[in-house]
Amino acid sequence: MRRETIHAWLLLLPALILLMAFTHWPAIATLIDSLYATPHGSRPPPYVGLDNYDGLISDPVFWQALHNNAVYAAATIPAAVVLALVMALAVNQALPGRAVLRMAYFLPTMLPMIAVANIWMFFYTPDYGLFDRFVGLFGGGRHNWLGDPDTALSAMMLVAVWKEAGFFMIFYLAALQTMPTDLREAAALEGSSWWNYFRRVTFPLLMPTTLFVLVNAVINAFRVIDHVVVMTRGGPDNATTLLLFYIYETGFRFWDTGSAAAATVVLLAILGAFAALQFGVLGRRVHYR
Amino acid sequence: MMVAARRPWDMWLETVGAWLLGILWLLPLLYALWAAFHPSYYATRFEPLAPLTLANFEAAWQAAPFARYLLNTTMLVSLILASQFVLCTLAAFAFARLTFPGRDLVFAVVLLQLMVMPDVLLVENYRLLARLHLVDTIVAIALPYLGSAFGIFLLRQTFLTIPQALDDAARLEGCSLLGRLWKVYVPLARPTYIAYGLVSVSYHWNNFLWPLVITNSVTTRPLTVGLSVFASTDQGIDWSIITAATLMTSAPLLIAFLLFQRQFVQSFMRAGIR
Repeated sequence: MRRETIHAWLLLLPALILLMAFTHWPAIATLIDSLYATPHGSRPPPYVGLDNYDGLISDPVFWQALHNNAVYAAATIPAAVVLALVMALAVNQALPGRAVLRMAYFLPTMLPMIAVANIWMFFYTPDYGLFDRFVGLFGGGRHNWLGDPDTALSAMMLVAVWKEAGFFMIFYLAALQTMPTDLREAAALEGSSWWNYFRRVTFPLLMPTTLFVLVNAVINAFRVIDHVVVMTRGGPDNATTLLLFYIYETGFRFWDTGSAAAATVVLLAILGAFAALQFGVLGRRVHYR
Repeated sequence: MMVAARRPWDMWLETVGAWLLGILWLLPLLYALWAAFHPSYYATRFEPLAPLTLANFEAAWQAAPFARYLLNTTMLVSLILASQFVLCTLAAFAFARLTFPGRDLVFAVVLLQLMVMPDVLLVENYRLLARLHLVDTIVAIALPYLGSAFGIFLLRQTFLTIPQALDDAARLEGCSLLGRLWKVYVPLARPTYIAYGLVSVSYHWNNFLWPLVITNSVTTRPLTVGLSVFASTDQGIDWSIITAATLMTSAPLLIAFLLFQRQFVQSFMRAGIR
C-alpha cells in the first residue's frame, strides 16, 4: 500500500471507529434487533420476524405518537422558519436598538431546553400561571393548558418555536450579510417595490439557507423531546407523546427493547425519507451561488 | 435589505413590530429573573417596590448538589471538546489533503451522521455501553459524540481553503505530516476552532436526554439532569426556588454569551455556512 494511504487511514481511524460505533453500528443493530424478541435474562432472544412491527401497528399509542409528531413538525417547522426570516430581515437593517433585538431573539437558543421547560411550565399553571392571568384580564376562566388534551400539544409547540426561531435567524442573517448590494441598487433604480424585490431576488438567493435551516428544523422536530420529558411526560392521555418519547418510554420505562428497536427503525426511515426529499427534490430548485 | 425609497411610516411600523416581537421573546426570561430575585409571595404579583432577595438561590443551592453537577458538566464538556478537536482535526486533514482509494465514499459515510445523530439511537447506544460496563460514567455520556461528522466537515472545509503552497513550503523545509498539520493548518483554522468549540460547548452544556438515560447518580449527572431531578422531586412547587435553580444552571453559558455575544453569533453563523 502507498504510504499516503496508510497515513490517511491512521489519521482517520480514531474518529471513524468512534463515529461508526455510536452511529452506524447502532443504526444497523437497531434493524437487526427489531427482528428479535426483547431479551430476558441471559438466553439469546428468539427471532420473531416482523412481530415487533405487528405489535407497533396494533398499538394505538404508537399511531398517536406518529400523528402528534406529524402535527408537531407541520406546525413548528414553518412557524419557526418564517419567524426566523422575519427576525433576520428586521435586524439586518439599521433599526434603533438593533444589537439588543438581535440578542433578544437569539437568547432562547442559549438556554437548555430543560430550563426553558421549567420556565414555561409555570406560565401554563392553572390560576396563577401567567397565561391564565393574561386570559383572566379578558374575562377568561381557569384553564389547565398542559392538562387538557386539546391544548397540551399546542402549548409544547409554542415552546419549541420560541426556542428555535432565533437559532435559525442566525443562518438567515449570515446569508443576508453576504448578499450583493449592487442588485439592490439596480432594483431601486427600476423602482421595484420591496415585496417584489424580496420575492424575485432576496428569497431565491436565500434558498440554500432555507434548505439548510429546513434540514435542521426537521431533525430537531424528531430529535428534541426534552420539554416533553419535563413538562408532560407525554400526557395527558398521550396527547403530547412524540415518536422519540414513545421510543424512550418503550425502551427505558417498559424495557421492551424489541418494540423500541422497531419504533427506532420507523424514526430512522422518516429521517432518511426527509433527507432524500430535501436533497433530491428541493435541492434541484435551489439556486447555488 | 430594503429598496431605497421607503416611507418613514413603513420604517416606524417595522421598528415597532420588531420591538414588540423582541419584548415578547424576552418576556419569559425577564419573568424568570423577576421570580428568582423576589420572595415567592411576589412570584405573580408585579409590584415595582417588591423587595429583592437572594434567598431563592441560597435555598436551591442547598437543596441539591448543584456544585457537584456543575463540576460534572464542566468535566463532560471539556472531555468532549478536547477529544473532538483532536479526532476531527486528524480526520479532516486526511479528507482535505491526502488522496487514498475510497476517500469520497468514506466521507459520504461520515456525513450520514449529520442526519442521523446519536441522540435518536439511545436504546442501542445504552446496550452497547452496558456491555462495556460504562453505564453511569461521564465517559459514557461523552463517547457517542466524540467522533463528530459536523466537526470533521467544518474543519475539512476550512483546511481546503488553506493554500497548498504553504503546505509545500513546509514540506520542503523537512516538516513531517503531523508537523505541517500542527504548524500550518491548525493555526490558520483558528476561527473555525472557536466557532466549532462554542457550538459544541453550548450543545453539550444543554444536552439532556442522553445524559438522563445513561446516568443515575449524583457523581455523574450533568446540570441539566440534576435540575430535572431537583424540579421533579416535590419542591412543594415553589416556583421561585425552581426558577432560581433554573437560572443558576443556565447562568455560566448565558453570562459567557452576553460577554462574548459577537463571537457567539459569528461562530454560529460560520458553523452554518456550508
